[in-house]
Amino acid sequence: MKHYAVKRLLQLIPILFAITFLSFGMMRLAGSDVVEQKMENTSGTVSQEMIDAAREELGLDKPFIVQYVTWLGNLLRGDMGTSYVSNKPVFSTFVSKLPATLLLAAVSILLTVIVSIPLGIWSAVNQNKAADYVIRTASFIGNSLPNFFVSLLLMYFFAIRLNWFPVISRGVSLQSVALPSLTLAIAMSAKYLRQVRATVLDELSKDYVLGAKARGVKFSTNMMKSVMKASLVTIITLLTLSIGSLLGGTAIVESIFMWDGVGKMAVDAINMRDYPIIQAYVMWMAIIYVLVNLITDVSYRYLDPRIRLGGTEQ
Amino acid sequence: MNSPITIRVQKVKKNRIRERLFIFLILVVILLLVSFFADKIVPYAPYAQNLSLSRQPPSAAHWMGTDQYGRDVFSRVIVGAQASVFSTLILVGVISVFGTAAGTLCGYFGGRTDSVVMRVSDVCLAFPGLVFALAIAALLGGGISNAVIALAVISWPKYARVARGQTLALKNSDFIAAARLAGDTSAQMILRHILPNILGPILVTAMLDIGTMMMELAGLSFLGLGAQPPMAEWGNMMSGGRSMLQTYPWLVLSPGVAIFLTVVTFNLLGDTVRDYLDPKNAGSQ
Repeated sequence: MKHYAVKRLLQLIPILFAITFLSFGMMRLAGSDVVEQKMENTSGTVSQEMIDAAREELGLDKPFIVQYVTWLGNLLRGDMGTSYVSNKPVFSTFVSKLPATLLLAAVSILLTVIVSIPLGIWSAVNQNKAADYVIRTASFIGNSLPNFFVSLLLMYFFAIRLNWFPVISRGVSLQSVALPSLTLAIAMSAKYLRQVRATVLDELSKDYVLGAKARGVKFSTNMMKSVMKASLVTIITLLTLSIGSLLGGTAIVESIFMWDGVGKMAVDAINMRDYPIIQAYVMWMAIIYVLVNLITDVSYRYLDPRIRLGGTEQ
Repeated sequence: MNSPITIRVQKVKKNRIRERLFIFLILVVILLLVSFFADKIVPYAPYAQNLSLSRQPPSAAHWMGTDQYGRDVFSRVIVGAQASVFSTLILVGVISVFGTAAGTLCGYFGGRTDSVVMRVSDVCLAFPGLVFALAIAALLGGGISNAVIALAVISWPKYARVARGQTLALKNSDFIAAARLAGDTSAQMILRHILPNILGPILVTAMLDIGTMMMELAGLSFLGLGAQPPMAEWGNMMSGGRSMLQTYPWLVLSPGVAIFLTVVTFNLLGDTVRDYLDPKNAGSQ
């Protein structure tokens, strides 16, 4: 077990290098370097000498790899440069906006769990009955709706028509988080409902359930408990795996509802070509995503006795 | 299990799936024809502005109303199908062919190329989907072809993985060994024996991917990273109508419903193709 965790951590190193390298390379490829960007913002004539001097000062005349190493060193000290637009440090901007996104993600996952697990189980238990068809149809519809359309529909009906929620978020509050998290939860529930259903159906078709049925054990809460227990590992894994992609997927929803998180920050930065911010967003999102996946993988191995005791590799 | 009743049940099931497949194929063909001939069937010129007719509610003359420049929304939605449907099909076509080629070659030959390509795909998968697409789109600038490139870069590994897994599973089977004994070259083996056998799962992945890709492409356009105004594209049109949601909801609802219905059609076809190719429903032919 420990061996596996260590192995996975070591595998992480090249991936982290690749992520930082790509994020750094992206900035370079963007073609506009810091100096030109800054000079553009300050009006007045700029001579080539001034540009060259500023380049030398920032170390931009050095080879690419040297620049990368310097940048990586700064990064490890939490220094990611300053935003072209606000001139504030990028790292602290990112950190200040992260909690809002995490809150949005947490509420969405909570809603997804509340919706998809009971409905998925209900659907599986009533396989091929009316309830199952209704739930499956709803999940199919949810899967075919783009999240920006869901956002706008919810906004139109609940914020504009019914006036239950604010149209644009007023700071971090329960009312403001409702619609954006509902949007994300609809898409995720539609996806996970199917998987919960499939997992439970799979478990229900196993020999111990059939045996119990054959012996005349009534389909009771007790039996549901053992089915649930067995299905839960898979379901929890699926949900934790979705955290990473959820964090990335908040961008559109955040910018529609003006939710002040990192997703909206990134979209705004893209529109204003604020490359240091985009770079920080891409890199940290990738790192968070990779770490979450790693933790899930390792804890999954720990939770599943077949894998833990058998020690079989995939 | 092969009692006459089972065989009969399987046959009925298979026939039902075939019927559904036929219906959804027809729907998709209609959709493709509409997108292809969009320019010719629209009632109004989709880019013609007429400010005296701006922001008309839906009526007999303008089924989905007009936008702020007096352009007919219905015509724009029809023409928008072209941008959305064709760019999505090109995108899915390119990534499925490229991903399958990469995955099959990696699985078949193994070795260093295999580990390099798989590590590259690991890195592509290390970024949460839309984040990487956002970054690439930001790097390349707006435009629908750039959005297609951005999504292609993040999406090909999915196909490479499926193709590689399938190839690995086939590689050691008896018929491949027999073909090798018969003196087939590697190219012959891949083209004649491996590819035809892995095409099913790839096709299913691709069919089910069309809806998702269409939504992501429209999402990028919605954020201003795909199709640019004044191009009639659904994500772009919704983005333009967004600020007028309160007063002129049809500007958002019409393209939104168009995306929804198109994605539903492709997803229905995808699900049916999956059921059709599922060995559990194979039936006795």
